[in-house]
Amino acid sequence: MTAQAAPQGDLDTIPKLLARNAKLYGDRPAYREKEFGIWQSWTWAETQVEIRNLALGYLELDMQPGDHVAIIGRNRPALYWAMVAAQWVGAVPVPLYQDAVAEEMAYVLEHCGARFVIAEDQEQVDKVLEISDQLPQLEQIIYYDKRGMRKYDHTRLNALRDIQAEGAAGHQRLEPILRQREQGQGYDTTCVMLYTSGTTGRPKGVVLSNRNIIESSRVSAEFDKLTVDDSVLAYLPMAWVGDFIFSVGQCYWTGFCVSCPESAETMQADLKEIGPTYFFAPPRFFEGLLTAVMIRMEDASPIKRKIFNYFMDHAKKVGMRILDGKPVSLGDRLKYAVGNFVIYEPLKNQLGMSRVRIGYTAGEAIGPEIFEFYRSLGINLKQLYGQTEASVYITIQPDGEVRADTVGIPAPGVEIKIGDNGEVYYRSAGTFVEYYKNPESTASTKDPEGWVATGDAGYFEEGTGHLKIIDRAKDVGKLADGSLFAPKYVENKLKFYPNILEAVLFGADRENCVAFINIDLSAVGNWAERNNIGYSSYQELAGHPKVLDMIQSHVEEVNASLATDPMLNGCQIHRFLILHKELDPDDGEMTRTRKVRRRIIDEKYSDLIQALYDGSTTISTTTEVTYEDGRKGSISATLEIRDAKVFPREAKAA
Amino acid sequence: MSFDEGYTTPDGRTIGGVLMEMRNITLKFGGVTAIKNISFDIRQGEIRAIIGPNGAGKTSMLNVINGFYHPQEGEIIFRGETRRRMRPYEAASQGIARTFQNVALFQGMSTLDNIMAGRTLKMHKNFFWQMLRYGPALEEEIEHRKVVEKIIDFLEIQSIRKKPVGSLPYGLQKRVELGRALAAEPSLLLLDEPMAGMNVEEKEDMSRFILDVNDEFGTTIALIEHDMGVVMDLADRVVALDYGKKIADGTPDEVQSNQDVIDAYLGVAH
Repeated sequence: MTAQAAPQGDLDTIPKLLARNAKLYGDRPAYREKEFGIWQSWTWAETQVEIRNLALGYLELDMQPGDHVAIIGRNRPALYWAMVAAQWVGAVPVPLYQDAVAEEMAYVLEHCGARFVIAEDQEQVDKVLEISDQLPQLEQIIYYDKRGMRKYDHTRLNALRDIQAEGAAGHQRLEPILRQREQGQGYDTTCVMLYTSGTTGRPKGVVLSNRNIIESSRVSAEFDKLTVDDSVLAYLPMAWVGDFIFSVGQCYWTGFCVSCPESAETMQADLKEIGPTYFFAPPRFFEGLLTAVMIRMEDASPIKRKIFNYFMDHAKKVGMRILDGKPVSLGDRLKYAVGNFVIYEPLKNQLGMSRVRIGYTAGEAIGPEIFEFYRSLGINLKQLYGQTEASVYITIQPDGEVRADTVGIPAPGVEIKIGDNGEVYYRSAGTFVEYYKNPESTASTKDPEGWVATGDAGYFEEGTGHLKIIDRAKDVGKLADGSLFAPKYVENKLKFYPNILEAVLFGADRENCVAFINIDLSAVGNWAERNNIGYSSYQELAGHPKVLDMIQSHVEEVNASLATDPMLNGCQIHRFLILHKELDPDDGEMTRTRKVRRRIIDEKYSDLIQALYDGSTTISTTTEVTYEDGRKGSISATLEIRDAKVFPREAKAA
Repeated sequence: MSFDEGYTTPDGRTIGGVLMEMRNITLKFGGVTAIKNISFDIRQGEIRAIIGPNGAGKTSMLNVINGFYHPQEGEIIFRGETRRRMRPYEAASQGIARTFQNVALFQGMSTLDNIMAGRTLKMHKNFFWQMLRYGPALEEEIEHRKVVEKIIDFLEIQSIRKKPVGSLPYGLQKRVELGRALAAEPSLLLLDEPMAGMNVEEKEDMSRFILDVNDEFGTTIALIEHDMGVVMDLADRVVALDYGKKIADGTPDEVQSNQDVIDAYLGVAH
């Protein structure tokens, strides 16, 4: 069975990979971080010293094997070191979402019984202190950024740099213990624990072993031929499995350099400066970027706009074929080369993608136009399908077989089967060990043979062997007349319009389908500016009749395209409204990875759903909102409900 | 409470001796008396607020402190020395920096250049070296840039480093202006309504920066503010003015409960 893959040599833990990298690539950069306006860098040799000192400092604080160490903060080298140092002493790092509010953190910290918290700065320390009376097991908070921390009671607080200094001072005494701890680790000990954001219920702690992480990293690095010369930008949440695989697993396996942006707001500028060769972003990022480019082109001079449109049309025609190595006439190639010089390369440089050799998007479906835009520029953007429980990889698109509507073929070493109800099952070396302190969920997700239920419904396309995902298995339902109801499929169609940020479709066991819409404030806002429509808030813009008209036309276009789909023509949207607030993870309406939580939305907006079905044309409502600092308020609004045109269903082709 | 030998604040900071003392200051513009016979002091390391209704003479007071206006009567003692009639740049070179009620930045210049401008008094290489931007002048510029980058990091404005300040929202411009004042590494920082025109979130950010400046660099801060809530949270001691006269001086609680202050703010039947 693949799940018993053996380690290569004695490289069976991340700290051992660190030692190898320090020996092999000692003077090559391991980490970069922009600070004080300059890219600071650390070689693998320097990184090893930093991590060792921290690990020794942890020993001084009596960190024990099996202890859980929570890491809270944005992507910074020091926080990655804090994770690897914890692994070195045999403890288990548990990265958390840094934008979570205090109560959300309380659950996770309490559940894993963290004895140590590594917090980036004062903001995170404050959150932990706020909930510390619910956390009897918490002993020490270690912070990285000293700013504003002077006045705090330091009996349980320490600066990370001080811990490192203490560790370094005591190295004679502590190093034998550290070596002993290192020996106690192997392929079957825990590498990391990651909490799944959970579209339903409480988050679950996914325990991933060193085998899971290292095998997944090794296999995927070989698949995409990643080398020590590659470079990535770490900007996605550290609590997300993808970041752990890219910025820790694959980084330590291949020895490539991880760069951290200066701040979340400078990410785009930092991306341009670093020019990574290997890049990952959720579809939302690519959509946002394309919207930004299009908005800027709308404002450009007519000549520039003409040149841009001319060459983008050409790219659309032949760009993807050239990237896929398919035959293209010499004339078209020459014209593409001119376009490359005039438009594509400068544009890619602006986007920070001129060096991207492999780009991935996953997590949600990506709009075909968006996908094709990037590929036609010559950026090798591909899709993969994965989840935390699989250490990311389930399916992946090989070069030359990249398409917008599938998620690719099974990743190397992954077996996939489709259940009777259409649910996708997999097993691989990356398959998780268990859910922490939750044997029932473990048993219901992973069977004794190692097959894991993904919870997604999908099927293999005949001929190509590519997997297609329809929707979450539990979300797929039936309308009252028995036709198929797959909300996400329709929502994605809506979200492919730049003006629509989010959509939620209702219709299970009902006569017909209705929808909530969130507009995209930057796209619609720009449109409003150009059309002299004044607005002061999201709510006001969302309620503007012209915005409603625009969204109505999008909804009707989606209906027209759904009408031709023999399986899903029952899902046409009969009525819709534009929500008065953006769906927000702080309000629990979405997960931190921005997936819609249907059950919560059903409850919270039950009055709106009822109004959509009872034929009323307006509805007044009051909604509770949570601010970033955890305080609550409420907003009220009167919303207009629109009927959308529906198209006759085309004959079912069974 | 006696303030003679310094004191300890409720949050445990130690406040030192007198840094600046104003004695019987009177300032007139022709027939108008803006400030009448006011005395108060500012102590090393404290956050001192000047409050009062519109036209009370707060900004005039700040302008007296930094040498822009010259009072007809009274004396100013700074670091134990009686101050002579002087110009604002002399005040700046003595370590007094300020921000303005209406943001006074170089609108067309970037955030970085604006804050660099705050280093002017610390630049010692002459104009010709600077023009060449070579050798010692370049070394000096790098040193100054390091200080400026620390301030940019401190104020969390990395993302607007290269943006012209004219294009920034008001709250951020205020922050840049604070950065420029900090670049002079002042021992006394004067803030003229740092929170004016800000929303709640921006006010909270700015309050945190002011507290952090005081905490991290030990800078003495004198600020004018209208928002009583902010003043009560920030200031160690408050002086209240009304129609150019001092009506109260003391801790925020004392000033807040002072009947004259309440009358001045809420109005009283004459």
